[in-house]
Amino acid sequence: MEFAPVIGLEVHAQLKTRTKIFCSCSTRFGAPPNTHVCPVCLGMPGVLPVLNQAVVEYAMRMALATDCRIAPESRFARKNYFYPDLPKGYQISQYELPIAEHGQVNITRPDGTRKKIGITRIHMEEDAGKLIHDPDRSISMVDYNRTGVPLIEIVSEPDIESPEEAGAYLRQLRAVLRYLDISDGNMEEGSFRCDANVSVRPKESEQLGTRTELKNLNSFKFVEKALAYEINRQIRVISENGEVIQETRLWDMDKNRTFSMRGKEEAHDYRYFPDPDLVPLKIDEDWIARIQADLPELPDQRKDRFMAQFELPAYDADILTASRELADYFEACLRQVENPKLVSNWVMGNLLGLLNAEGKTIEETPISAEEMAELLKLVNDEVISGKIAKTVFDEMVASGKSPKAIVEEQGLVQVTDASAIEAVVDAVIDRCPNEVASYKAGKKKLLGFFVGQVMKETQGKANPQMVNQILKEKLG
Amino acid sequence: MELHTLTIHEAARMLEKREISAIELTDAVLERIHTLDPLVDAYITVTADAARQRAKMADQMIAKGEGGRLSGIPLSIKDLICTKGVKTTCASRMLEDFHPPYDATVMDKLNAAGAVMVGKVNMDEFAMGSSTENSGIKATKNPWDLSRVPGGSSGGSAASVAADMCMGSLGSDTGGSIRQPASHCGVVGIKPTYGRVSRFGLVAFASSLDQIGPLAKDVTDAAILLNAIAGYDSRDSTSINRPIPDYTSGLTGDIKGIKIGIPKEYHAAKGVSESVTAAIDQAISVFKNAGAEFVEITLPHTDYAVAAYYLIAPAEASSNLARYDGVKYGFRSPEGQGLLDMYKNTRSRGFGAEVKRRILLGTYALSAGYYEAYYKKASQVRTLIKQDFRNAFEACDVILAPVAPSPAFKIGEHIDDPLRMYLSDIFTLSANLAGIPGLSVPCGFSTEGLPIGLQLMGNYFDETTLLNAAYYFERQTDFHRQKADLSRALNQ
Repeated sequence: MEFAPVIGLEVHAQLKTRTKIFCSCSTRFGAPPNTHVCPVCLGMPGVLPVLNQAVVEYAMRMALATDCRIAPESRFARKNYFYPDLPKGYQISQYELPIAEHGQVNITRPDGTRKKIGITRIHMEEDAGKLIHDPDRSISMVDYNRTGVPLIEIVSEPDIESPEEAGAYLRQLRAVLRYLDISDGNMEEGSFRCDANVSVRPKESEQLGTRTELKNLNSFKFVEKALAYEINRQIRVISENGEVIQETRLWDMDKNRTFSMRGKEEAHDYRYFPDPDLVPLKIDEDWIARIQADLPELPDQRKDRFMAQFELPAYDADILTASRELADYFEACLRQVENPKLVSNWVMGNLLGLLNAEGKTIEETPISAEEMAELLKLVNDEVISGKIAKTVFDEMVASGKSPKAIVEEQGLVQVTDASAIEAVVDAVIDRCPNEVASYKAGKKKLLGFFVGQVMKETQGKANPQMVNQILKEKLG
Repeated sequence: MELHTLTIHEAARMLEKREISAIELTDAVLERIHTLDPLVDAYITVTADAARQRAKMADQMIAKGEGGRLSGIPLSIKDLICTKGVKTTCASRMLEDFHPPYDATVMDKLNAAGAVMVGKVNMDEFAMGSSTENSGIKATKNPWDLSRVPGGSSGGSAASVAADMCMGSLGSDTGGSIRQPASHCGVVGIKPTYGRVSRFGLVAFASSLDQIGPLAKDVTDAAILLNAIAGYDSRDSTSINRPIPDYTSGLTGDIKGIKIGIPKEYHAAKGVSESVTAAIDQAISVFKNAGAEFVEITLPHTDYAVAAYYLIAPAEASSNLARYDGVKYGFRSPEGQGLLDMYKNTRSRGFGAEVKRRILLGTYALSAGYYEAYYKKASQVRTLIKQDFRNAFEACDVILAPVAPSPAFKIGEHIDDPLRMYLSDIFTLSANLAGIPGLSVPCGFSTEGLPIGLQLMGNYFDETTLLNAAYYFERQTDFHRQKADLSRALNQ
């Protein structure tokens, strides 16, 4: 029997507002423990939450960017459970009436086709603190700096049909968040977190199977691996006439498997109810219109524009717009060098190749857009050849010097003087009578050999087009 | 002259004229506390040094002509209103040694007006109760009869005012916790409209019902105190931003043409003692003499109010009190191993029986499978009760009712019968469910000489009409001037 996976994802994204969701403490990451706290986020007796309007606006941006319907009236609710990182004994979240529902995002499947993934809901909530366990002493400590940092939870419809689609969906969500400039979307640092609900059903059946919830998925890679593992596990259980149990399972990244954390019976009863300390949140059409008018270009829109305006292939546009910073980098280069395909090839090939090899993101690039543009301008103006440019690029990375300085220092300026090239061509022809004879006898492939000889002679500095042309003329 | 017997408005006039000084006044009240509180047990903390210091400051301000409306006035504060650096226990073992690093908004306002806090007063633990017997610290006695309860939960506030151990007090009212002890102790108490006074710094019992209000020796003092504490607060999202009238200038004593509603459901209520009925009937005739018009009104969902209240209030409490877990502040049980033990032992030992009873009740009402039938249904009933009052105020300006079915009962008399205690809140908790203002003003005495209060409820944000009607009533009667005679008890 063939099985089809059914996957829904719950994503928590930390919003990068300056202050927390219900108090004016800083949200800055990495401060000494319990320094960004106040009576409100510490849940001291008698204090009250006051909603940060910026959080609402950030959530509205995400809602509009994912085609959600924003509720004219939404409510905050208390999610009650005991844990030391939760100072009030409840988390302020949204439950029955979230800020936004019924949206969608487009993903590009591995085969290049597009697909819509439905968004069930987006709601706002506060983050919890962090427990720190001291391995040397039998005590645990708690840092409340993160308590009250705003989150949005984005819940997808169970529209995702493979681990790869899940990855594509998460990358798309992260791209949108970053384009909107509302979240860092960093999975490793925890500003972007994902839980997955997964079940399998026989391909010919519409009947959904029992689902499990996967947690502790701390990277895109783990999400895909954990889903793949879990799908196989469920298929195996069913194939062996077993039954999938509804439970929460954790991903073990060392053992590359999921294991049961708690069953359905042990699931928390969160006793949600409307938070009486906060009044219903009302959002009118004017407010929505203001946020809408302020939205930046989104990944899909930018991709379409790159294809139309710069005549880039879909493949290039997809890669270049995957992150806002990369697309910005590309466009910054283009402002100096009006050759989109040249810039695209260099950014996707040399630059991303370098970054990937070093495990860096575009923000950490050693070559700024200005330096890259300077280099590509030399290529575009035929001052240096593409091949030389690669050498210069490597030297830029190694020494941090500017491309012009490197070209000057090493005398790499392209030779475009026809008589100089002709002299070298003549010398090569004199030197290789056998090859010349073969060429003339019809072995036209030997042209590459001659080009190579000329380039070698000129240390790669001869203009390749001119070398080609002159060789063809001379060889007849 | 015994300075502690003065009302706020009398004392303020004398202070202004420099006939007395704030330090004299404060010393007189502190002396009174020193003498009487061992009998009454109203105070949990007496802040004598800080009070004297503030009184001296008040004298300097008054001398410079810069005194506020409450400059030099000694007040007691219910011990669940946060006071910076001053122990705020909520009468609970859980917060026995809790010193808030912040003042409640009402304290900021009182301080700005020049008031002198003389101490923090007793209450039912976390405001849960109607007798102050549920205090985790001690039971406060009713100054009119030390064998009886002062009412609750603001029992310490009411007793301290009635025994002249302060000139006024702030309490809180979630289901009658200002009005009922005011009634039992023969003082004036007002629960303002929900949202009129900031709840910031009021330790929450049931957030959608809690409201801070004054307890005072007469209606004028209550109006002065309400003026001082009312107003929008950006730190409380449920406080309401609308103009605050001057409640004292609204006290004209002219109530001609006022329409007073008598709910027929209250009239039919069972278990109201004869002395209460007699006092209320007497009060009605006083208002009739003033040319008030009486109309019968109906509050058809009254029968469901107690049940709805005892689902909503405990549900909110179960969540509000979850923060007392031993992790961050307050009591932590040293017994047991590990996190779960810490939670269980801390909360088992830190909370008293009534608090635990309500946490259990509320937890149950919010649980999966019960939420719809209990909390949600109760919220729907609440909406109907609000509508009842809206309809009623189409036909009348104020609603007249008893505060409590009977005068103060004996300490220990009902302690094992929580349900009976809950049912005795029947006349007061509807105002909290609806969010309307309500006050209690002394209207007579039982045959045993125990004070009885009259309740007036008003439309949203119409405290002015309420206070003025009570002011008229007070001027026609002298119940509020009568004092508990504690001399015999003192001599024993």
